[in-house]
Amino acid sequence: MSQIPDLNIDRLAKLARLSLTADEKARYSAQLGDILSYIETLKEVDITGVEPTAHAFPLYNVWREDLPQPGLPVEKALMNAPAQRDNMISVPTVVE
Amino acid sequence: MAAPLHYQTIAELSARLQSGEITSVQLVQAVLERTRAVEERVHAFNSRDETDVLAQAAASDARRAAGKALGPLDGIPIGLKDVIAVDGQPLTASSKILANFVSPYDATVTTKLKAAGALCWGRLNLDEFAMGSSTENSANGPSRNPWDLERVPGGSSGGSAAALAAGEAIATLGSDTGGSIRQPAALCNLVGLKPTYGLVSRYGLIAYASSLDQIGPFTRTVEDAALVLQAIAGYDECDSTSFKVEIPDYRAELSKRKGPWRLGIAKEYFGEGLDPEVAKAVQAAIDHYRGIGCEIVEVSLPHTKYAIGAYYIIATAECSSNLARFDGIRYGHRSSATRDAVDIYSQSRAEGFGDEVKRRIILGTYVLSSGYYDAYYLRAQKVRTLIRNDFLKAYETVDALLTPTSPTPAFRIGEKAADPLSMYLSDIYTIGVNLAGLPGVSIPCGFTQAGLPIGLQIIGKPFEEAEMLAIARSYEQAHDWTTRLPQL
Repeated sequence: MSQIPDLNIDRLAKLARLSLTADEKARYSAQLGDILSYIETLKEVDITGVEPTAHAFPLYNVWREDLPQPGLPVEKALMNAPAQRDNMISVPTVVE
Repeated sequence: MAAPLHYQTIAELSARLQSGEITSVQLVQAVLERTRAVEERVHAFNSRDETDVLAQAAASDARRAAGKALGPLDGIPIGLKDVIAVDGQPLTASSKILANFVSPYDATVTTKLKAAGALCWGRLNLDEFAMGSSTENSANGPSRNPWDLERVPGGSSGGSAAALAAGEAIATLGSDTGGSIRQPAALCNLVGLKPTYGLVSRYGLIAYASSLDQIGPFTRTVEDAALVLQAIAGYDECDSTSFKVEIPDYRAELSKRKGPWRLGIAKEYFGEGLDPEVAKAVQAAIDHYRGIGCEIVEVSLPHTKYAIGAYYIIATAECSSNLARFDGIRYGHRSSATRDAVDIYSQSRAEGFGDEVKRRIILGTYVLSSGYYDAYYLRAQKVRTLIRNDFLKAYETVDALLTPTSPTPAFRIGEKAADPLSMYLSDIYTIGVNLAGLPGVSIPCGFTQAGLPIGLQIIGKPFEEAEMLAIARSYEQAHDWTTRLPQL
């Protein structure tokens, strides 16, 4: 197992908003070390002057008329909410 | 002797439905009976709604009786991978985080299937959020390969492949981000089609890696693939990456295009790691094409060896962003062990996501994080350009490429589970196609001595599905692999 020295798993977990157990942190660090050392092979490639590809085909913004259309009814939009009250999603207190 | 109803093709069944020899309700009952008999062993489905599919079948029969049949898919039960939204049905992505989610609307492909009269049947198992190559990453446990129940059906659309191979549906839909339709099709003796990026709308498909994902069909024959593609292809204003291209009559084109073709063989696809029995079967398929007068041209795709590295940067970066929406607030699992808002996100995600999903989110977060973006993500996107250019250069001299679909036949359940990297490497022949946005199809091309299916991949030019399918059909018609059925 190889380790990437600057892979700070606690910082990544925080950035990803994902709580990890001690066991997960140890395992993922080792496995991601392996994967990242494999990915290091990309550094061999000469990318001088190469444009990045975000999508396989060029995409252009498409404009349409701003016309009112029926949207998802409130009851359907809320049908999967973990908690709701008065047609709103309810969450624990954020600001005291 | 005709195969039992549940193992017939769309083309055969639509003729029987049209002549009145059978009804859609009878067909669905045959499929339900078969499913009840084998599903416990195969585990292709996350959930099934028998009442709903029978009601759809009755509606199809009523339409036909009134002289208003909608076309070749009318009355045909088609299974859907559980990442494609069907209004009122569960949508779980085989993840605990969506265990209780019900779709509030139809995906565009669902709307299109319904408009063609097809019956949406069941929610098919997958690797959680389509991340995997075996279905072992499903929160509901793995699906099994009908050709050998101790082996994986491939993935991530393994449930879609297993259901069709087991006779539990007449066709199915999957999604393909790095090979997730073609690889399971190869491992289960099926036709699996990944369309050109932008040909089929992704609206209503749970996003994994948006710049790579495409929906496509699993079918028993190339002709059936053409029929399903016909129904689901086309521009959709709800998908900003959908392309406005003319959609040909795919089935009619199959018989019009007879070759001979110039077919490319990329030496990079026949190197180390390729199972000798797979190599032999694919070589025999190449010989078939040479024998019917095709010119076989050796081409080079020199950046192939960088495809998996580029893929796992791009795909995990996109997944870490796409899966940020699962935060326990608006839908999905919300943890009860929380103190504040940030805690809801972190804890709900910790409880809801499985191992591979967490691993990919962390990797994606890493490659996008400040200070590493240029070194990983931007570099991967530039390598992606080079991979794409390799294909486009090859297409200056050839009409399509022939490759193995998967380097090995189906592996045993558990064999690769502890080593994510070895699992990633099993996608080596399929991933480049997604990075370049090309269409690819896997078709059956033989069996190993142990009786495991082998797939041939044909990679076509962008939006040239008709040509690619005609090339596939020419091989299929000269062989009987598709008529072989697993012993279940």
